[in-house]
Amino acid sequence: MGIIEAKDLVHEYIIRDEEGNVESIRTALDHMDLSVEAGQFIAVLGHNGSGKSTFAKHLNALLTPSEGTLIVDGMDVSDESLTYDIRQEAGMVFQNPDNQIIASVVQEDVGFGPENIGVPTEEIWERVEKSLKAVGMWQYREHSPNKLSGGQKQRVAIAGVMAMEPKCIILDEPTAMLDPNGRKEVLEAVHALNREKGVTIILITHYMEEVVDADYVYVMDQGKVVLEGNPRGIFSQVETLKEHRLDVPQITLLAHELQKAGLAIPDGILTREELIDALQKVADKRK
Amino acid sequence: MLRDITLGQYYPADSVIHKLDPRTKLFATLLFIISVFSFDGIVGFIVMTAFLFGVIALSKVPLSFMLRGLKAIMILLVIAGLFNLFLTPGQVLWSIWKIHITREGLRNAVLMTIRMVYLIMGSSVMTLTTTPNQLTDGLEKALKPLQKINVPVHEIAMMMSIALRFIPILIEETDKIMKAQMARGADFETGGLVKKAKNMVPLLVPLFVSAFRRANDLALAMEARCYVGGEGRTKMIPLVYHKVDRLAYVVVIAYFVLLMVIKVVL
Repeated sequence: MGIIEAKDLVHEYIIRDEEGNVESIRTALDHMDLSVEAGQFIAVLGHNGSGKSTFAKHLNALLTPSEGTLIVDGMDVSDESLTYDIRQEAGMVFQNPDNQIIASVVQEDVGFGPENIGVPTEEIWERVEKSLKAVGMWQYREHSPNKLSGGQKQRVAIAGVMAMEPKCIILDEPTAMLDPNGRKEVLEAVHALNREKGVTIILITHYMEEVVDADYVYVMDQGKVVLEGNPRGIFSQVETLKEHRLDVPQITLLAHELQKAGLAIPDGILTREELIDALQKVADKRK
Repeated sequence: MLRDITLGQYYPADSVIHKLDPRTKLFATLLFIISVFSFDGIVGFIVMTAFLFGVIALSKVPLSFMLRGLKAIMILLVIAGLFNLFLTPGQVLWSIWKIHITREGLRNAVLMTIRMVYLIMGSSVMTLTTTPNQLTDGLEKALKPLQKINVPVHEIAMMMSIALRFIPILIEETDKIMKAQMARGADFETGGLVKKAKNMVPLLVPLFVSAFRRANDLALAMEARCYVGGEGRTKMIPLVYHKVDRLAYVVVIAYFVLLMVIKVVL
């Protein structure tokens, strides 16, 4: 069994009027199935309102399912007595870097999680050092978070989660508020954690470029998983993605358009190098 | 413009006073303030002055920083001094027209001014040598006994440190909203007091909305990191008394006893 198993997961937001009567019910997750193996890098794609953030909050037991089951590392999310154990195993990084840093010194913020779970003082320092080094922020340990760039703040937030030594980290649109450089920094840090520390990563995003290096991709729309597969398989279905209001990476789109125009280019081109290779082959054939 | 405000006036330096435990400094400041307001007499003030300036010298904070704190209350000092000088009844020293300066008035004015100045300088020593974080930690630990009578000491300290973290962020945000509203024709500069206050509405409403949104996000992030309040928490930087602290306690108490002796004897 995988580290995360979602079966028939349903979540409904109940909107009540002032007297507390149910006004309407909005289904954010609609019988969703998903399974993640330990150590994988998973991406969950979806446009705004597709239910991907609601799903992310379930993984951390911030929300509980209305129907169906979600098992995180063998623990049922609906079991309230396990809430804090689940939160230790599945750390969460949010979108806004400013609103998730608690302390006014970098290293003290990273120490916040371990403090909460009652780790002894010396071990807190060890964990803080390890996690800050893992995201490349060790030299900033004494700084105030206010003086860091967005990408750096987000890396501090990731270190803060790492210090709790979770098996899995969920990143809920961690790059949405960052500039391109910051986005690259954060993704590199996340990939390094996955490669070197073997942490399972679940990256929730709507940027296609961030998905290219994932092991497996889920595409969500209207609370359902509508597509799944490896990035190449997903991106070869340009038309289907468009139906779900998602864009493909520019290179993939270019390759797709060229293919439609009659060039013999294979499906699912992901990088510039692949496209150059493919075009080279086409050119060689024509000679 | 708003960004220039520096919060807390911590002056980093490598001194004995900086290294003291914040609880020691809180206690010493409290005792010093009590001493300033309960003792008088020339000898007493000589002892206080010697103590205060001795500590300032030890702290390696330039005297000009200490005096900066006094600037803000200069007007208050002058007004309080003048009231004491002219309005205290007693033995008349000089009188010009209807104004009398009495012996008691002169005494009160001088005493009052010295006390206020020493109060400000004494507490400045503490705020200049202690980071806001240390201060909240110190307060939390010093007030721990109050937890027995259901005062949420840990929560208050946590709120204080979060406030300290978010003040610069909210100041920046105020700056941004102000500029955005000014670009839409809002006017924060002209008009009388009432008009100016009214003009603040388009600034305050978005600021409050955003502050609540941030609070919500932060609460979620804290929960996600297993925060459940003070119980069962360990400290990354626990407060521990060192040798210097014990020495400092001895010095401060000796100082207080000395003042009491002087008062009784003279």
